[in-house]
Amino acid sequence: MMHGREKLFLLLAIAVAVALSLVSGSFNRYYLGIAVDVGINIILAVSLNLINGHTGQFSLGHAGFMAVGGYTAAKLTLLCGALLPPAAQPFLFAAALLAGGLVAALAGLFVGVPSLRLRGDYLAIVTLGFGEIIRVIFQTSEFFGAATGLTGITKMTTFGWAWGFAAVTVYVVASLVNSTYGRGFIAVHDDEIAASAMGINTVRYKVTAFVVGAFFAGIAGGLYAHHKLVLKPDGFDFVRSIEIVVMVILGGMGRTAGVICAAVILTILPELLRGVAEYRMIIYALLIIGLMLTRPQGLFTFGKKGDA
Amino acid sequence: MSALLQCEKVTIKFGGVTAVSELDLHIREHELVGLIGPNGAGKTTAFNLITGVYQPTAGSIAFGGNPTAGVKPELLSLRGISRTFQNIRLFASMTVFDNVRTAMQGNRAQRVRDALLRGKAFRETEARVKDEAMKLLKIFDLAAACDAPGKSLPYGDQRRLEIVRALATQPKLLLLDEPAAGMNPTEKQQLMELIRFVQDKFGIAVLLVEHDMKVVMGICQRITVLDYGRKIAEGTPVEIRNDPKVIAAYLGKEEG
Repeated sequence: MMHGREKLFLLLAIAVAVALSLVSGSFNRYYLGIAVDVGINIILAVSLNLINGHTGQFSLGHAGFMAVGGYTAAKLTLLCGALLPPAAQPFLFAAALLAGGLVAALAGLFVGVPSLRLRGDYLAIVTLGFGEIIRVIFQTSEFFGAATGLTGITKMTTFGWAWGFAAVTVYVVASLVNSTYGRGFIAVHDDEIAASAMGINTVRYKVTAFVVGAFFAGIAGGLYAHHKLVLKPDGFDFVRSIEIVVMVILGGMGRTAGVICAAVILTILPELLRGVAEYRMIIYALLIIGLMLTRPQGLFTFGKKGDA
Repeated sequence: MSALLQCEKVTIKFGGVTAVSELDLHIREHELVGLIGPNGAGKTTAFNLITGVYQPTAGSIAFGGNPTAGVKPELLSLRGISRTFQNIRLFASMTVFDNVRTAMQGNRAQRVRDALLRGKAFRETEARVKDEAMKLLKIFDLAAACDAPGKSLPYGDQRRLEIVRALATQPKLLLLDEPAAGMNPTEKQQLMELIRFVQDKFGIAVLLVEHDMKVVMGICQRITVLDYGRKIAEGTPVEIRNDPKVIAAYLGKEEG
């Protein structure tokens, strides 16, 4: 446990992301696009891992938090973008992402509260319902473009933004968990009754996990919006949530490093399979089934559980 | 001197069943009290009342002079009530060391901000927690296994680890729920020494719920006997052993 190292890692990762971003103009746009996708999915998977993996609260609502953040951020840049000079645009983007994260965190607070009374399958169903409610709200709201969604979003997400925030997410989740304070999350996961008998405020830990997890899902949503340039409500249905859950399970619940690897592989894999066109989702599904049968504990179980 | 724990006419009903009825229980500081009774007498329910898992239907409980009504288990733990469980409840995915340090965080406030900024104060707390946890583990001969998963320890060691974890919260009162369950006579002997050692070394009061008469009679200064949720006797081990009501509860009444 060398505590200076985590901060160094964070700064280094952000520096590398920004540096690569500066020269990324010369890269193949297709590959660059996938690299940004990978960064966004790392944010989603690592933040969901705090809720599902470390704290053991099975949530199927991550796409909902992502939608909240995405729509909030996109609406802000759409409304304010034209009013500001070009030099101010990155600041606007940063502010929009942050706003998206905060609104999503607020949504996380709302979902976190029922999690205090529900567990396991019941919680999963409630979070699933929450995600669908969010989607339906956006689908029916004229302000957010109803079923057509939001279009004409400015391209602002670069490699640097996506991977910079991915580094921040990994840092935050890993530092939270890897501390005496953070063992409380794992205690809640392991045994709530024993945890509260040992002086751990299980309520606060669960809500914290939901709020922090939702915040980063919101950031990821904002990055996604300014990467794809179009936001449609169907993009945030429960299939999207399940994709993120699969990354967490495949990576090994509660193992940050494994979850990052799974996010990378599961983002790239469908692209690699583009050659076999119509069979690709079948192959993808079979691969996941095969992996779960052979490695039910998660594909990447290196490192101690709960450590990064 | 007022008692550390004072239960006055504590009653709890689950539907029509009265699990504990008008229980008076007093524990003074640094006292080792036994709570015994046949199966289903309400011993574990009494434990859950004291630790705040259940709220009494009637009666009052005070710890250190403060009433505990409506206080959540985690807050009672911070006030100084710690416990072990009848069926061991270690944190299954954690190492031996982590099991202990998790129980330390409540008393040594560390917040989200500290964990994120990882400043000097954070490093100092972590170092102190590590020192204290290792010291505890050393006292109970578990230091060598500190990096092993808690659940991988032999049964007796898991019981011991659970006691260490409970002590890590710095309790004034330690409740042990059937610690001798599933132990052989040698292990039981060691356990009795261990409990006496804990009471002495840490200067705390211990409430021991136990089935095994030998263990209870051997170490407790005072014993309370429950039957069908009621207190039927209270006294020193010798008094309890010769109390006809206790004998009747355990062995049944003589006919005629």
